[in-house]
Amino acid sequence: MLKNSFIALLVLAFGVLLFHGVVKLYKVPEKLNRTAEFYNSNEASQIGAANVVTAVVVTYRGLYTLGEVTVLFLAASVIGFFLKRKKKTAPVDAKPAGSELMTTASKVLVPGSIILGVYVFVNGHLTPGGGFQGGAIIGTAILLLALANPTYSISKKVFHWIESISGFVFVAIGLAGLLLAGGFLDTRFLPNGEMLSLFSAGAIPLIYSMIGLKVGSEISGIILELNDTQPNQD
Amino acid sequence: MLLSIENIALASGILLILIGLLGALTNKNIIRMIVAFSIFDTGVNILIVTFGYMPGRTAPIIDGAKVTAQNIAQVAIDPVPQALVLTAIVIGFGVTALMLVFALKMHEKRKSLDINDYTDLKW
Repeated sequence: MLKNSFIALLVLAFGVLLFHGVVKLYKVPEKLNRTAEFYNSNEASQIGAANVVTAVVVTYRGLYTLGEVTVLFLAASVIGFFLKRKKKTAPVDAKPAGSELMTTASKVLVPGSIILGVYVFVNGHLTPGGGFQGGAIIGTAILLLALANPTYSISKKVFHWIESISGFVFVAIGLAGLLLAGGFLDTRFLPNGEMLSLFSAGAIPLIYSMIGLKVGSEISGIILELNDTQPNQD
Repeated sequence: MLLSIENIALASGILLILIGLLGALTNKNIIRMIVAFSIFDTGVNILIVTFGYMPGRTAPIIDGAKVTAQNIAQVAIDPVPQALVLTAIVIGFGVTALMLVFALKMHEKRKSLDINDYTDLKW
């Protein structure tokens, strides 16, 4: 089609422009820029988290993370609002079971996945993990559960409660930083502790656990919300 | 050096952006447009991570052996792009889920996923 080839040409021109600009502007950096230099060299003495990315996400740029969690919450609540339905009066006993494979796999994998997710977000300040990754792992566990039991409706109320409470505690810890330490979302009101131990880096493990619970329950809520709107095909 | 990691990553990021753009502009099916937007998103993330990459350096995680609190500024890479992409991936998930729900509602209303059937904003 003429129109599609015209669009392809346009995109190609944009690509050449982008490639030219990026390749011209980009040169392999020899040393860190000043911001990264500051974060990398001062993080150990200021925050005490082994993972510098975590320190940047939770403390130095914690406000971004708060906004990000808010955006995700907004998306989840808009989805919940759109998919709100009247209670289906479908007969309870006419439920097709999930496939044998999925049911067995979910029995084996779901508890392990949830434990792995909790491990990942609790150790976010030590290992390359954190609240977002751990929350996503918990979300996959809930997705597997929903796939294995397609008609079994899991209560979303508990996820809403976990989400609300963890969001509230996140902001409360941020305010505690404002009162007890340098500013909003400053995690240094708890002792830094010994680096590379679980209880270190001030309030970062607490905040990241709250983020993990919040992200995990939001993803689970979205998945269950979408799962509930599926008509029963049988 | 042409086939270094950063060049490959740059090229694949730009390629994914272009594939996503082309898919979003040429497809008429709303679900396909959403998939294209998701590919676009991935391309942008790869580009941002690539800009923080430095050859020969390692992840900014102090492990006490190779990376210590003293030499981290010399051996580790820039943590900021990674922190940005970390949140951008989750935002991408939220945006994709929201778009899919919009598509679901649109299909519920008109029983069609073809973008040509939605002419309300056309003049």
